[in-house]
Amino acid sequence: MAQFIDILSWLMLVGGSFFLVIGAIGVLRLPDLYTRSHAAGITDTMGAMLILFGLMLQGGFTLITAKLVMILLFLLFTSPAASHALGNAAWSSGLRPKMAEKAPVDQNAETDGKE
Amino acid sequence: MFATAAVAILVTMSLALLRAFMGPTLYDRILAVNMFGTKTVLIIAVLGFLMGRPDFLDIALVYALINFIGVIALLKYFKYGNLAIGPGESSGKPTSASTPPGDGGDT
Repeated sequence: MAQFIDILSWLMLVGGSFFLVIGAIGVLRLPDLYTRSHAAGITDTMGAMLILFGLMLQGGFTLITAKLVMILLFLLFTSPAASHALGNAAWSSGLRPKMAEKAPVDQNAETDGKE
Repeated sequence: MFATAAVAILVTMSLALLRAFMGPTLYDRILAVNMFGTKTVLIIAVLGFLMGRPDFLDIALVYALINFIGVIALLKYFKYGNLAIGPGESSGKPTSASTPPGDGGDT
């Protein structure tokens, strides 16, 4: 039973690491602030949740698990608030997301020399 | 297996730091710094388990609080230009907003 819990926690740690690296590559590669915010949300939810659950399985029923639950609850409450404040501030400062509907028009109108 | 998670968190932190350095707008940098702080909380927790001292979790909890307050304060500063002003007040007068309206008339 203890070995099963160990294997489960290792799987959660590896899965959380996978989601962390995926989200970091997304933050580095995506074209826009709003899409980058989506990629950062992946690391804040799936990555942090899986890694903290894996640590909780290692901790057992102790005070360590209670602290990990508090960290996880706090992250789950503050991460959407910070993301909303960031998106609100960026939108009200005039930053607009890149739209894909103008892309073929731009490719055709590239020879016109506009912009 | 804690080492794998620690290395993945370090890779994530370095990529977020790269985005914070080369971010085109200010908000990209704030997003990357927020992500960096969240991953700092995670790596403090994982390093506590890796070194056999899970007492580090208190530091991780405090760091999560500081990170959230810092990001909100930074966003408020860059949105209103002043930390003492609210969304209902006008941001055009940065000096007169710090004193309450009933206190004036002294000068």
